[in-house]
Amino acid sequence: MSGGEEVLFWVLAPLMVIAAAGLLVVRRAVHAAVCVVFVMIGLAVLYVAQEAPFLGIVQVVVYTGAVMMLFLFVLMLVGVDAADSLTETIRGQRWIGVLLGLGLAAVLLGVVAQATFPPSVGLEQANAVTNPVALARVLLGEYVVAMEVVGILLVTAALAGLVLTHRRRLGKKPTQRALAEAKVALLPTGRHLTPLPAPGVYAQNNAMDTPALGPDGRPLDHSVPRVLRIRGQQRSATELLTAEETLVERRQGSDDVAPARSDRPEEETR
Amino acid sequence: MDLVNYLYLASILFALGATTVLLRRNAIVVFMGIELMLNATNLALVTFARMHGDITGQVLAFFVMVVAAAEVVVGLAIIVTIFRARRSASVDDVNLLKS
Repeated sequence: MSGGEEVLFWVLAPLMVIAAAGLLVVRRAVHAAVCVVFVMIGLAVLYVAQEAPFLGIVQVVVYTGAVMMLFLFVLMLVGVDAADSLTETIRGQRWIGVLLGLGLAAVLLGVVAQATFPPSVGLEQANAVTNPVALARVLLGEYVVAMEVVGILLVTAALAGLVLTHRRRLGKKPTQRALAEAKVALLPTGRHLTPLPAPGVYAQNNAMDTPALGPDGRPLDHSVPRVLRIRGQQRSATELLTAEETLVERRQGSDDVAPARSDRPEEETR
Repeated sequence: MDLVNYLYLASILFALGATTVLLRRNAIVVFMGIELMLNATNLALVTFARMHGDITGQVLAFFVMVVAAAEVVVGLAIIVTIFRARRSASVDDVNLLKS
């Protein structure tokens, strides 16, 4: 083992352990996914350093590229802000879990420390015909049956994924006409035929979280996107309007040159 | 430094993954813990291959990767199905058989 590899290991290993420990403590599932991606890329670098360049590339392509992206897709599907609840349903589960984890670490580290390993041979001889070729000779020579079985497994898994996530359509597919008629039928209950109004445009503020004003001057709550309303991030129009009123008054007080501006505050900025 | 250090790192990562499976409730995070354990095993396999000068260890790691990819597809499909039925991805909410 060369000095460069030693430096690489001691730089990467603590970072990877920290990222893996982050999996235990972070609240949001997306952050956990980022931690796992970091660990996996670190492992890919270590594989390349360990004379396994093919596995290093496959690690990046398959794990970081495909598997973790699949995880992120499912996270989006399930809801990104699905934070873990930290209340314990089984009493003392956390401490028992930590204890078991520490015990497992102690056992594994103890076994590795106790075992005597032969002097390292290195892969120079095995990798003489380049690593991918050497791998392919073993894979398609000795293990060709296992390779075929793994192929069957992959096809089965793809089919299983299709079958499990398939949803049968229960009713007939609605036509455009039916959709339009349903919309018209809902009109008496306060629905709109037209698109919803866009969120408000004011002199100081042109943000998604402020409601637009209707023709009667009252704020239209449904102009704010539904997600912001559910999260409670909506701002009230009145506070903005009063802020603008005071601004207009202050400007009028400072310079009386442009009194006409006060009744058109919307066009005041830029 | 010896190659054994790689094995120590693999052990620590494996234990952290196992603890994640024990502690977390979100099924997706639990699944990530399993992936971490599989990756730790792969690191040990690659290290053993280098230690013994035999490339079969890398072939085994390759097989682990392929099987893990298949496992992820099925596992995530199951999580999505459960989420559709129960509106939750928490492993504690799946207690249909209780009482």
